Formats: sequence, structure tokens, C-alpha cells
Amino acid sequence: MAKLAADIQLKADVLVIGGGPAGTWAAITAASRGAKVILADKGYCGSSGATAPSGTGVWYVKPDANLRAEAKASRYNLGGRLAEHRWMDRVLDRTFSNMNYLSEVGYPFPKDDQGEPYKRGLQGPEYMRLMRKLVKKAGVKILDHSPVLELLVDEYGVGGASGVHIQTNDTWTVQAGAVVIATGGCAFLSKALGCNVLTGDGYLLAAETGAELSGMEFSNAYAISPTFSSVTKTAYYSYANFYYEDGSPVEGAGSKSGRSIIARKLQEGRQVYAKLDQAPEEIQQLLRVNQTNFFLPFDRKGINPFTELFPVTLRLEGTVRGTGGIRIVDETCATSVPGLYAAGDAATRELICGGFTGGGSHNAAWAMSSGSFAGEGASAYVKKLGVHGVDRNLRSASTAQHIDRIDGASALATANKTEEIVRAVQAEVAPYNKNLFRTDATLKASLQQLDQLWTEQRNSTVVEPSALGMKAREAMAMTATARWMYNSALARTETRGMHKREDHKALDENQRYRLVSSGLDSIKVRPEQVSDEHLVKEGEAV
Amino acid sequence: MIEVISESRCIECNQCVSVCPTNVFEKVEDGVPVIARQDDCQTCFMCELYCPVDALYVAPESERPIGVTEQEALEQGLIGGYREKVGWGKGRTPVASHDYMYRLSVMTRF
Repeated sequence: MAKLAADIQLKADVLVIGGGPAGTWAAITAASRGAKVILADKGYCGSSGATAPSGTGVWYVKPDANLRAEAKASRYNLGGRLAEHRWMDRVLDRTFSNMNYLSEVGYPFPKDDQGEPYKRGLQGPEYMRLMRKLVKKAGVKILDHSPVLELLVDEYGVGGASGVHIQTNDTWTVQAGAVVIATGGCAFLSKALGCNVLTGDGYLLAAETGAELSGMEFSNAYAISPTFSSVTKTAYYSYANFYYEDGSPVEGAGSKSGRSIIARKLQEGRQVYAKLDQAPEEIQQLLRVNQTNFFLPFDRKGINPFTELFPVTLRLEGTVRGTGGIRIVDETCATSVPGLYAAGDAATRELICGGFTGGGSHNAAWAMSSGSFAGEGASAYVKKLGVHGVDRNLRSASTAQHIDRIDGASALATANKTEEIVRAVQAEVAPYNKNLFRTDATLKASLQQLDQLWTEQRNSTVVEPSALGMKAREAMAMTATARWMYNSALARTETRGMHKREDHKALDENQRYRLVSSGLDSIKVRPEQVSDEHLVKEGEAV
Repeated sequence: MIEVISESRCIECNQCVSVCPTNVFEKVEDGVPVIARQDDCQTCFMCELYCPVDALYVAPESERPIGVTEQEALEQGLIGGYREKVGWGKGRTPVASHDYMYRLSVMTRF
């Protein structure tokens, strides 16, 4: 096992996996509670993930009872009434204080008319560069380009992880009292902006230790983007009209409820074009500044999106803008496995937005809040663990076969195999007629393929500590993710939130519960009741 | 996708090698880094932002390389434009603090 002979052997109180918003908030929060923290990112903490390359709104609402009530109500019904008031209140409170903290430590917020910092949005590059600085300042050791390949466990629960630095191929092991998974969601290598590092790795790692998932049926988010580009910013398409090549309008097409119509046209093989011709001239320059990256591809191709048609597609964002993820069991964002915590898009966001896309402001709020909750929870857990955390007899929880090195010929075969598996999984999750519009028959047909792909990998995947091994694990994670998604989608015989069943088009009041999925070789799905308890009574918001 | 590392501008700081989230670049001893794994590029433009001397060009096309040369990128004034707009680099003001961020919110629901 790689862990015994790792080139780099480290010990920490808390290991955070993933260096996006959730991971960095978890790291600085745990460190502020006195924990020794290591953060490992498979890319680079500061540029990795969906937040870093773009701008995002933030669910920042002043603690005014009416404003808060309005904010909570905004997506409650859209999400199929699966959110919980207690959680929305906590997240609104924590987001408010975390954003105020960002202002104190130097995030350059713009000023409102009163000269006060305006805190309802964050620019990704600026935000994540600052978060990396704060993580380092907190004394956290960062391991960049360091994917986790396996979690380590014993009878007390999770106790660390091992992985590889893909630029040096040095293997590493971190023994830790608690592990926070903040690896983001899964967009199945669709090239949605910043999302190709988001391959469901954390779901697989968590499930291998016995943790459960929740809301995996809410995993069919698609974003509008130009066909030639990675930039997925659906919000701006509220200013778009949609056309065919000859300039005639696509009836009923729109960025919100009309997205299905775009999908159906694309499915029929008809190219759809967009033009942001509803944007009044006086706000065009404001739009340009607000989402600098949105206009970059257009500028570089010499297209004026306000006056010229450009071809669009719907790019899969999976659970990144879905709401499903690892099930958390209490207010510390603990999973059902001792020592294992989940935060950000890796965790379920149903608690604050139910089954409707958590994209944008809700996800940003959830990332910073759940990251903080998990950081606090993990550091408190380690303190309680005491001496038990010191000497542990850890073993790998991985379902793959891990080996030291493979020879050149096998390496090439493995790389080809991995690519083949990724394409086969994409063929089941990317098509609109399989994932966006679901039926009992299509879900079952896909699951047959996906189950076979899982069995194949389970029996033959060998993972060496290198970029190749990382990709083999990503393929496993995507396969497993697709299976939790479709098993959950099969069990929800209704249309609720973003989950659309062509054979059950209405919402069924009797199915107002969350769906918890678990298992790897055989997958189980069970309902879990939604709590209607209020932490803070209406009208009493802090 | 990443298309160009300008040999004339690159100062071999290897910042791109460090910051690329999908490890597309490869460090070269005593030389300019190379684009070693172009297929892995996710067209997120982060390398361009972090390059201190505007030596990189990422083409907007995310699906396949289109083969822009350094000469073409320089002639069309494509290099360095994103970093300037984001307001990173000496003497610039980060776009994050731009007044329009607030103005837009007053006029729309963003």
C-alpha cells in the first residue's frame, strides 16, 4: 500500500481536501480554532474550481426580518419545498458575517450610494487569490497539484488520506484526526467554465468509507453557452432572444423556463442562436464590467453579442449547479462516518435550496458557510478524539487496486481505457433526452450501461500514484456519481425542482422528502423526512 | 484553449506551471515552460491572469486547438487584454471594486 512507503508523510489535526471557497473557509476556520491544518488540492488552491474563473452573486442579506423572509421564500417553492428554515437561517447569518470579514481583511468591494461596501457579489479571481493568502497566513500547509487517491480509515472512522503530487510523482500521506471533503460537485468533464476539476472525487471517497449521498436526482443542471466557448453564464441570457439560423425566432425559448425548448431543438439537430438584444444600451457597458469573462470569448472572436447572432449549446453542469451531494447529518456538516465532514458543492445543498439549482448566490453562500461549519466541527471533533487520534492502525478505504508503478505499455492501455470509460459515462449523462428529460425506461437503460462500467472498473482498474492514476479515479468517481444520480431519479416518480420526469410530469405531494442514496456495488435509495423546524422564529431574525 | 507562450516575453517564472488547475504546462530547466498537455486545458483563462508579463494567450475555442501563432496574437492585440480588464498588474485597479458592480445591481436583479 502506497501509504506505508509514501515519499512525504505528514500529520495534521484536520485535512481539508479541495481548495475552492468551501475548502479554504474550512481551513481558515479550523486553524482559527487552534487546529493544525493541511489543505490538498488536485489543482491549485486559488485557481481551481467553478468560482475562481468567474464572478458570482452572494446570498448576502442584512439581518432584517422582512428581507430575510423574502430571501428565504425566493427559491423555496421552486426547490419543491425541500429546504429547511433552520438551515437557511444559519447560512444567511454565517454568510453575512463571513462577507463582512472579507471586507475587513481587504476584499475590494465596490461602494454603494452611501459609500458603504456593496457585498452582494464576489469576483472569483480576486476572492480566491485572497482566500489563498488567508489560508497561508493562518499557517495552513497547502499541497497543490496533489489529488487524494484514497481515504484512510480504521475502526474509529476516517483518519487521513494518501495521494500523489502529480508534478513530481511524489506520493504523500496525511494522517489526520478529521477530514473535510470540499472537492466540489461533478460536471463530467463537460468543459463548463472551471469545472473540469469537478469530477465527483469526493463523493466516491466518502462513499467508500460508508457515507451517504442526498438529492442526487437534482443533478441535471445545464448552462447556456456559446457552442465554441467554455463560458457558462446563464444569467445574462435573460437579455437574449433565441433564433434559428435564418433569423426567425425560436418560439417559447428562454433562459429560464424556456431552456427545455432550446434543449428539444438542439436534440432534434436544429442549431439555436442567441443575441442579447433585450439588453438596454445603457446597461451594456455595466454588463461588460460585471462579468468580464463573459465577453472575453466574444471579443476575441470579434462578435458583438448584443447585435449579432451566435450559436449556443447547453453545457452539462451536473451537480455543480444541481443541489445533490454528500449527506450531512448535523449542524457541523458531519457525514454519517466519524471524522468525515463535507462542505460546499461536495455536500448536499438541498438544505438551503431544495431541488432547484443552487447556482450562483446560494452556492456561494453555502460554500463559505458550510466550509466554516465543517472547519469548526472538524477541529472540535479532533479535540474530543484526544489520544485516540495519535496512534491509529489505518488502512485504505479505496475500492480500486492501488499499485506503486505500472510499466509504459500498461500505462498507455490504462490511459486509453480511462478515456473510453469517460466517454461512455458522458454518453449516458450528457444527452438531454437521458438526463434533462428522464423516464423510467431511459434511466433503466442508462443504469444498465453504467452498472456494467462500474463492474468493469471495480474488477480491473489499477491506480498508480500519478496523473494517470488520478484520471482513473476520476473515471470511477464519475461512473459512481451517475449511478447515484439515476438510481435516485428512478425512485423519484414525480417532477420536482430541476428533476423532470417525462412519465411523471406533475409534483406529487406525497413525495416531499429527500432521497438518500448509498453504496457502490449495489446502490440503495431511501426517503428522508424534511424538517419544518425553525431555528429562529419568523420575525425574530437576529 | 491555451495556444501561445511568447518566448520573447516569458521570464521563466513558471507561475503558469504552478497555477494551472489542470496541469497543462511543463517546466523546462533553464528555459521557457512548454504547453505539454493542451488536451487537458479547460479554457478557464487563469494562466493569463497570473502571468506577470502577459506572455500567454488562451483562445476562446474550448473544444480543440485552432493554432494561433505568437505573431498573430500580438498583431491582433489579443495578448494581455483579459488581465487588463480584470485590473490585475502594477498600477491597475481591480475590477472587483468597480462602481458598475453596484450600479448594475440597482438597475437589475443581478
